[in-house]
This record gives sequence, structure tokens and C-alpha cells, in this order.
Amino acid sequence: MTINQSAFVRQEMNPPLPAPTGQGGLTRWLRLNLFPTPKDTVLTILALALLAYIVPVLVQWLFIDATWTGVDRKACATVSQGGVLPDGQSGACWAFVSAKFQQFIFGRYTYEERWRPLLVMAMFVILLIPMLIPKVPYKGWNALALFIVLPVVSFFLLIGGFGLPHVETQLWGGLMITLILSFFGIAVSLPLGIILALGRRSNLPVIKMLCVVFIEVIRGIPLITVLFMASVMLPLFLPVGWTFDKLLRALIGVSLFSSAYMAEVIRGGLQAIPKGQFEGADSLGLSYWQKIRLIIMPQALKLVIPGIVNTFIGLFKDTSLVSIIGMFDLLGIVTLNQADANWSTPVTPVTGYVFAGFVFWIFCFGMSRYSLFMERHLDTGHKR
Amino acid sequence: MAGNALPSEKPTSSGSSSLLYDPKARGIFYQVLTVAILGLFVWIIVNNTITNLNRANIASGFDFLKGRAGFDIGQTLIDYSSDSTYGRALLVGLLNTLEVAIIGIITASIIGFIVGIARLSSNWLIAKLAQIYVEIFRNIPPLLVIFFWYKGVIAILPQARASLALPFGTYLNNRGLFFPKPLWGGGAWLILVALVVAIVLSLVIRRWARLRQEKTGQQYPSGLTALLLIIGLPLVTFLALGAPLSFEYPVAGKFNLTGGSVVGPEFISLYLALSFYTASFIAEIVRAGIKAVAKGQTEAASALGLRGNMTTRLIVIPQALRIIIPPLTSQYLNLTKNSSLAVAVGFADVVAVGGTMLNQTGQAVEIVTLWLVIYLSLSVSTAVLMNWFNSKMALVER
Repeated sequence: MTINQSAFVRQEMNPPLPAPTGQGGLTRWLRLNLFPTPKDTVLTILALALLAYIVPVLVQWLFIDATWTGVDRKACATVSQGGVLPDGQSGACWAFVSAKFQQFIFGRYTYEERWRPLLVMAMFVILLIPMLIPKVPYKGWNALALFIVLPVVSFFLLIGGFGLPHVETQLWGGLMITLILSFFGIAVSLPLGIILALGRRSNLPVIKMLCVVFIEVIRGIPLITVLFMASVMLPLFLPVGWTFDKLLRALIGVSLFSSAYMAEVIRGGLQAIPKGQFEGADSLGLSYWQKIRLIIMPQALKLVIPGIVNTFIGLFKDTSLVSIIGMFDLLGIVTLNQADANWSTPVTPVTGYVFAGFVFWIFCFGMSRYSLFMERHLDTGHKR
Repeated sequence: MAGNALPSEKPTSSGSSSLLYDPKARGIFYQVLTVAILGLFVWIIVNNTITNLNRANIASGFDFLKGRAGFDIGQTLIDYSSDSTYGRALLVGLLNTLEVAIIGIITASIIGFIVGIARLSSNWLIAKLAQIYVEIFRNIPPLLVIFFWYKGVIAILPQARASLALPFGTYLNNRGLFFPKPLWGGGAWLILVALVVAIVLSLVIRRWARLRQEKTGQQYPSGLTALLLIIGLPLVTFLALGAPLSFEYPVAGKFNLTGGSVVGPEFISLYLALSFYTASFIAEIVRAGIKAVAKGQTEAASALGLRGNMTTRLIVIPQALRIIIPPLTSQYLNLTKNSSLAVAVGFADVVAVGGTMLNQTGQAVEIVTLWLVIYLSLSVSTAVLMNWFNSKMALVER
């Protein structure tokens, strides 16, 4: 058969027509997301106006007019305040932050010994990172090292002993204290919270009542009263002549407080486990603790990971309250350093708080993102 | 760990071993053990406390509340001077706590609802701005925000001589916000009566309108009527009485402003920080609540012919509120408890006043007990109120 000669057969493609305007790409996105209705258009314009008003002021204050280097307050103060900047200029005093940076991290920890907290922090990071990555094996050993070995080792490293000079806890401060308090709080409140939650669901009336009273009382009062209690009542409870370290009092207060909240979160997880799981474990002849450890807790904890991380975030933020009972955590040390006559200018407090707020924000935001990641990672069924 | 006894295993002649494996007997044993250990612990603590208090010569009991306080409080809602009793000082503190908690709750709810709804907006920019707000304030300790306002912003405002003049005779300086003080003339209480009457009337009208709609299907604009009544009736009374209202304006003196009312920097910073902080949590609760209403509900509403705002008002919000109220309650409680951060900036709330009393008298046990009682009763009453609201809102199952 020959090629049909009577009809015309096109041998090449037509050139493509241009895409219809406004149906794709940026214009379509803008039309759908920013200007779909007159009301939205008004809102968008208002929001843009707000941004145009705020963002330049912020950028100007934080970066352009900011002072980055300097050795004392003169660098950040205007002429009329006794400094070098022209009158009317106001910008962040980052020189203050960089001059006090070591203090913000270590507090008043002995200068020559600061390698010790650094070493502890390095060990913490080295142990924490494999703990956080789900694929890395040996989680059990890792947890043992992180939650049992590390606290013991770092206790002696930080306070001294075995040939290392003694550093009083009075001198500890800054981000170091914030991290120690929250790490200790997390390490204590999780197991304590599990025990309290189990106690609250126990069949034994006395134990149940004790747990309910503890949880509800602690949850009903503010942390600051718990901290006051720990700092004024604990000394009364001890035999004459005994004293408690201030840091230890704060640690006890913070961890008791967060364990009550943790207990409620975990109880929520326990309640979500179907009864059949308990009965199945019983019918296999497991003991109570085997049942809890092997069947119930792995499922319950997985369900409430977001709640647990929220409690951790709350705990991390709450550690800032110890500055009220006279300890110098990150917030306390920033506040303390503003009183330094060498650096007192109108912009110093704001700069200090912006810096501290940024540090707190990084940690909390990081934790919340990690919890989202874990939620997706552990989401192994049930949910649609 | 030894396994539990099989249920069928009956106690046999060897009584001791079967008792060991009897879950009931073990339960009783554990409880007795717990009580014994706890009792011993409490006994040791009480003993030590008594010894310590005796050594420090502190008499226990609440008699100290009748003593002269001897310290001043900056912002009080009731009459108070340093000659008043400790009990009165504590009452002032309690009222201050309630004041900041109630105003904070109202503000936080308003901001929170607006931001929460904005996060669901189809407008990308609005949704992102709301998200940025939530992510910033949720992740920063409230105490830091309080300090930011108190030491960072308000402390560096101009001094009283160079106060910033705001509209309506209001001034702002580093001693706080000065605003005109309303002075009510004679008969002003009638306005309040009119307001109450208007509220009662509008409730009656609403009830009547609903009954009529159920019977006849005719609608009556009861919401508009109520609004007109509540605004109109007090206004008419006000005008009928000859406008018995004048203002005492703050006047700039040489060193300070005199006259008018003033809100101190402590209150402002605490109030701003608590409202903004809690609002970010409320926004997330509101967003989650609205998103949890099934899409079929909205679709069914439009299938029934309801318009957009009616769908929101009659279908989405009542169902969303059911989900929102329980976590909202705990946010309100959190705000009330966080108001104790006042002690950091020296706002005289119940914790700050108690702390001062504690320093002066050393009555640690009594004051901590008072704190516990006050906060627990605040928590319980808020919870009862919100539970009542919740039960009104809850799904009525048939």
C-alpha cells in the first residue's frame, strides 16, 4: 500500500499557543490566594500596609542602626546620653550581647574552668543527636548513657571533685542553668509522670487518691508558688543544721511541677488504649509491670508524643521563673547584666531581651518541629 | 517479678503462700505500706518543722493576719494604707489578681479568636501573618515578655515632664498610662438599672421570638432589638438625667501628672504579656476547633440553602464551640495562674503580697497554705463555671 497522495498530511507540529494569561504561575497564585474577592483584596492591602510600616522599622532597629562592636556603653549611647551616636538614632546594641556573651552562656562560672560546661554540652549534643534520629541503632544503650551516665558524669565535671577544683552552684548561671534545669526536669518528670498516671488509674483506692490529690493540687497552683514553697518550706522540713542547695531546691520544684502535668498527658494516652490490650496481656500471663512495659506504655506514649513535647516546651519556658527566686538563668543573667553601669543605655534592656527571647524561641520552636516530625514518623496505622 | 495467681486458684491449706499470691491481699499490703511510709515521712517533716519554727520563735496560726501590714501597695481596688491589717493586704492582692486575670482573659479571648480565624483565612498573607504571631508568642516564656515591656519599653518612655500626649486627654510616660477619670453625678445609678433592665428585656424578647418562630415560622430580629435596647436604654436614661458625667483630666505638673486615673507600668506590662501569650494558645485552639467540624456539615448547610454567614453562625460555630471550650477553660486557668508572675515586676498580686508578708513575719507554712487555698478555689470556681457553659453547649443526644 502506498502513502495516501490525495490528502494533505502535516509533517511537523503546530507551534504551541501561549498559555492563557492568569491561569497559571504567579498570577494565578496571586489571584487565588491574595485577591479572590473584594474583601480579601482589602485585607491584603491592609496587611501589606502593616508590613510596610513595621518591617522597615524593625530592620532599621535590629540591623542598620544597630551597634555591632564596642567596648562599653559609649558605643550604644547617643551624644546627649554621653555616647558617640548622633542624637535621635536608636538601634540594637549587639555590642552588649557580644561583650557579655560568655556570661549569658556560663553565668559567673569560674573563667578558667569554663571548658567543663563546654565539655558537658558537647557530650550532651553527641549523645542527643543519635537519640533523636530514629534510624540510628542501640537506642537502649544510648538512652542509658544520656539519662543515667551523662547526669552523673556532668555532675562531677561541673561541681568538681576527682582533682578538679570545686565550683559552687551559686556561680552557675546563664543558658547552662536553663539547660540543666530543663534536662533534669525532663529526665525526672517523664518517669514520675508515668508512675503518677498509673497510680491515678490504679484499682487500689489509697494509691489512686494520693495520686489524684497530688496531681490536682500541683496543677491548680502556679509554678511560682511551688518554687517559693521549695525555697522557703524545704529548709523547714529538714532537720536542724541541714541545708539544701538552692539549685537542688529549684530542680525539685520544677520537676515535681512538670510531673503532674506529664501525668495528665500520659493518662490521656492510657485512656485511649482499648481494654482488649490490657486483657490480651493478662491472658498471656504477663505480670502487671510486664504488661505496662511491653504492651501498654509503647502504645500509650506513642499516642501522646505531641502532648509530652508540649509539656517539655512548657517546662523549658517555665525554667525562666527561677530568676524570681534569685537564680541567674538565661533570663536572670540578662536582667542582671543590664544593671552593669558600663553598659546601661536605653537600648540595652531591649537588646538583651530580644537576644534571650531569640534563644528561647530557637529551642522551643526546634522541639515543636521535632515533635511534628516524630508524629509523622510514628504514625504507623490506625489513623486515616 | 512473680506472675499473678491464676483466678481459679483457690486458697489452699498452705495459707501463707496463697496469701502472698492473692492480688487482693497484695493490694491491701501495698496500700498499707504506702500509707505507713507516707505517714512516717509526714511525721518526720512535721516534727522538723515544729522544731525549726520553735527555734526561730515563730508562733504558728493565722493570728498574724490581724497585725499591721506596714507596707504600701501601689495599685489597689479597695481602700488600703500601710496601717491596714495583713488580712486586708492579702485581700487587695487577691482583688488585683482577679482584676488582671479577668481583663487578661477577655483580651486574650478577643485576640485569640481573631488570630485563630485569620489562620484559617483563604487569604495567604493574612493566614501567614497569623501563623507568625502564634509561632513567635507561643515559643517565648511569658516572663521574658513581661520583662520586655517593663524594663525594655515602658522604662525608657519619656519622663513625666515630657509625657507622650495621646488622644482623649490620655498621657503615657514611664510611670504608666494616665487617663481621664469619669466622675458620675447624682442619679447615675439609674443608668446601671437601665442597663440591667435592657439586658433582662432582651433575654425575654429572645425567648419570645424563638417560641414564635417555632410556632409560626416567622422570624423576629431579636439580636438587633437586643443591641438597640442595651445601647439605647442606658443612653436615653443618661440624657434624661441631664448627662450627669464629667471627667477629671490629668494635668501636667512640674514633676508628675496630677489628677485622673493611672494604670501603673507593672499592670500594663503584665496585662500585655499575659494577653498576647495566652492569645497565641487560644488561637491554636480555635483553629483546631473549627477545622474539626466535618466538611459534610458545611456542605449540608449549603444544601439546605443557608448562606455563608448563616452557615458559620448556625452550623459551624455551635459545633466548634463544643470542641473549643474544654481546652479554652484550661487556658483561662493558665492565665490566672500565670498572673502570679506579677511578683517579678512588683505588681501587688496575691503571691507578691504574700511574699512580702512572708519576709516580714516568717509565717511560711500559713502563707503557703493561703496561696494553695486561694489558687485552688480560683481554679475550682473557673472550672465549675466553664463546665456549666460546656454542658449548655454540649451535644444533646436523643
